[in-house]
Amino acid sequence: MSRKVETILWIARDYLKCTGCRRCEVACSLFHEGWIWPEASRIRVFMLVPGIEVPHLCSQCHDYPCVSACPVNALSVDNGTGAVLVDREKCTGCGACIRECPGNIPFLHPGDGKATICDLCGGEPQCVKVCQEAKFNALWTVRENRDGWGSYSRKLFAQTPEEITRDVAINLYGEKGEEWA
Amino acid sequence: MPRGYAGKFLEVDLSSKEIKDVTFSDDTLRNFVGGRGLAVKILWDRLGFRWEEIDPLGPENIFLALTGPLTGIYPGSRTCISGKSPQSNGIIGSTLSGEFGNELKCAGYDGVIVTGKSEKPVYIFISDDDAEIRSAEHIWGKEGPETIRILTKESIELLKKAKPNIGKIKEPAIIYCGPAGENKVRTAAVMQKISHAAGYGGYGAVMGSKNLKAIVVKGRKPLPTVANPETVKILLREVERRLVEGDRIRRWGTGYGGYEVGARQSSEPIRNWQEEWHDEKRFGGPKFDFRYWVKRYWSDFNCPVACMKISVIKSGPYKGTITDDPDYEMQAYLGPNLGIFDPDKCIYLSALMDYLGFSGINGGNTLAFAAELYERGILTKEDLGFELKWGNVEAFEKLARMIVKREGIGDILAEGTYRAALKISEIKGVDVTKYAVHVKGVEVGAHGTRSGLDFNPIAYACSPQCGDHTSGVSDAYNDTRIVFFDSAVVCSICGTPLIWEFYRAVTGWDLTQDDWCRRLGRRIMHIQRAALLLGGPDIFWKPEMHDDNPPRFYEPLPSGPYKGKTTDRRTFEEMRKQYYEAIGWDDKGIPKSSVLRELGLEDVDKALEKLRK
Repeated sequence: MSRKVETILWIARDYLKCTGCRRCEVACSLFHEGWIWPEASRIRVFMLVPGIEVPHLCSQCHDYPCVSACPVNALSVDNGTGAVLVDREKCTGCGACIRECPGNIPFLHPGDGKATICDLCGGEPQCVKVCQEAKFNALWTVRENRDGWGSYSRKLFAQTPEEITRDVAINLYGEKGEEWA
Repeated sequence: MPRGYAGKFLEVDLSSKEIKDVTFSDDTLRNFVGGRGLAVKILWDRLGFRWEEIDPLGPENIFLALTGPLTGIYPGSRTCISGKSPQSNGIIGSTLSGEFGNELKCAGYDGVIVTGKSEKPVYIFISDDDAEIRSAEHIWGKEGPETIRILTKESIELLKKAKPNIGKIKEPAIIYCGPAGENKVRTAAVMQKISHAAGYGGYGAVMGSKNLKAIVVKGRKPLPTVANPETVKILLREVERRLVEGDRIRRWGTGYGGYEVGARQSSEPIRNWQEEWHDEKRFGGPKFDFRYWVKRYWSDFNCPVACMKISVIKSGPYKGTITDDPDYEMQAYLGPNLGIFDPDKCIYLSALMDYLGFSGINGGNTLAFAAELYERGILTKEDLGFELKWGNVEAFEKLARMIVKREGIGDILAEGTYRAALKISEIKGVDVTKYAVHVKGVEVGAHGTRSGLDFNPIAYACSPQCGDHTSGVSDAYNDTRIVFFDSAVVCSICGTPLIWEFYRAVTGWDLTQDDWCRRLGRRIMHIQRAALLLGGPDIFWKPEMHDDNPPRFYEPLPSGPYKGKTTDRRTFEEMRKQYYEAIGWDDKGIPKSSVLRELGLEDVDKALEKLRK
């Protein structure tokens, strides 16, 4: 008897390779907003320390704490990709999903004030495309089992920009990194 | 509202604390575009009628940080810094990369115009159509990294307070001056991040003279709308595709130049330009690359080139040093030109100059000038307080810190190489100006003219930006394209011939390369030229004497495959003559009346009358 394995699409990330070109923000906002709008991009590059650039985006936790935290059921999980979808009609911009996310990754859109989360562009993430085209390889996509090996690790990527910055700064800058971050 | 522009400029009077929005007519923007072009227009309109009297380090000078219509949209976001230059007494458009330009546009402003002088140290905080002047007393005197650390934290807290529920707030963009700028050192840069500098022009000192430590900006709006978004999107992809093909500059940046330019082209400054050739393989690219580069591709907003690299020293005496590549210019000026051929020492000094807020090129040039005077016995241990031998990093660090604090001989050297040379000649009773490698007060970039394989003989001598290696002139046509990059305010390394089409699609205004190179760009060059020739108040330039290379560029190369070669004076004079003619200057180098009038520059023509007598 064959059993259907449910897979998700995931954007893998290597902070050490991020150049800080922020073309992921350009591509994301061009796709979702029709024009370049870095602050509305679903992937946001934080540079809390110069040279330590951190692309910050949804890590698709196996238990989706943001979805269960929403008091008005505005969040759901896409069946094909596993992305978190926001129903902008229902969302009240209360910020519960931001607070519940271990990495405070969602944010309120600078235009309509609604929760904004990576939707994987429906399956072809534009941020990954431009990062790959430039051969930076800080972002790439993987298909993996929704509940298989590694699914718990995904959630570990849901860290705040400050936490990630500290790790990457120590990795790249050594002791000075500890002072900076 | 014109497309590609945010539509207004922020004007801050630091004397009266008045903050207001100002606009320019479509006609002005079409003609002068932004960045360098618009800076020239603003400065000339406001200060041109008594240019000679304006002290660049006085409250009357104007500090400009301007974007252009392509900033943020075309790859390679930059900001153009300008004002009356405390180096040349003219106008220099000095650009630096980083997110300041695009953040500013997203905050609703195309530029910042700062006038007057604050009594106490301040910084300007800009956030979405709003600005305030804040105290900078707690960061005054702080070096670059500390300044960034404090301002980033403080700004995020301010933004969070204003909008507590929106989630994590991204850092703002910051331009600032270091201690060098605060103390009005004429070789001080305007800085961004830890190592990005608008070095030429000395505008860090202009910030310092206004008691302006920094400008901080966060914009949450989209970039301004454009005339033909679909065309712009297609062009953006095509420009990116072409830039990604340029693999050499992407992989190495200019960071392999320190060896290559010296060994192959014989045009790299060594020991204050006494030589231009070396074959020190230990100073080669891979020695920087594999030992120190922790990021091999480092970019600013919307740039697929990533010509910058991050260097970190993790062991040895210079442990804890963090800076970019260093790029070629820093490698040359804080390496061989100081008699240093060890990558770690060069990285250390390069970082030091950045942290102190020097322009590494200009300030580095002054350090080498002092070392040559020491070598010749003109400056002594008594003058300096220590020995200043080639290759001695500790001595150069000491001297750099003395310059920043204007202590002892540092006070004289803080005036930049040429002004220091004049003063030292006076004190010592010997002419040392022949060792000053500058053009009209601006220390030259790290590209020589003697081997004939690098810069042409008039590149610096006839440029309105003087020693600026990014703006050398050649035929009064092709060189004018650089003025466009500086005015549209994008990185010239990202420049492609598609930029004209890009400009038309963004603004919806007609403009061809020919139009620019023959008319609009030249108009900007003429005004820059006029300001440079009017000069003052401390120094005035005479074209017949000062449209020239540094004396050293006429000495024969003493070593290397081009030994004996030098800049041929007759060729130089012939080229200078041709250049004057091509751009429309008379045989004395003064813009011709007929040319100026044809371009609608009657007021410039009038101002130049006294020079024609």
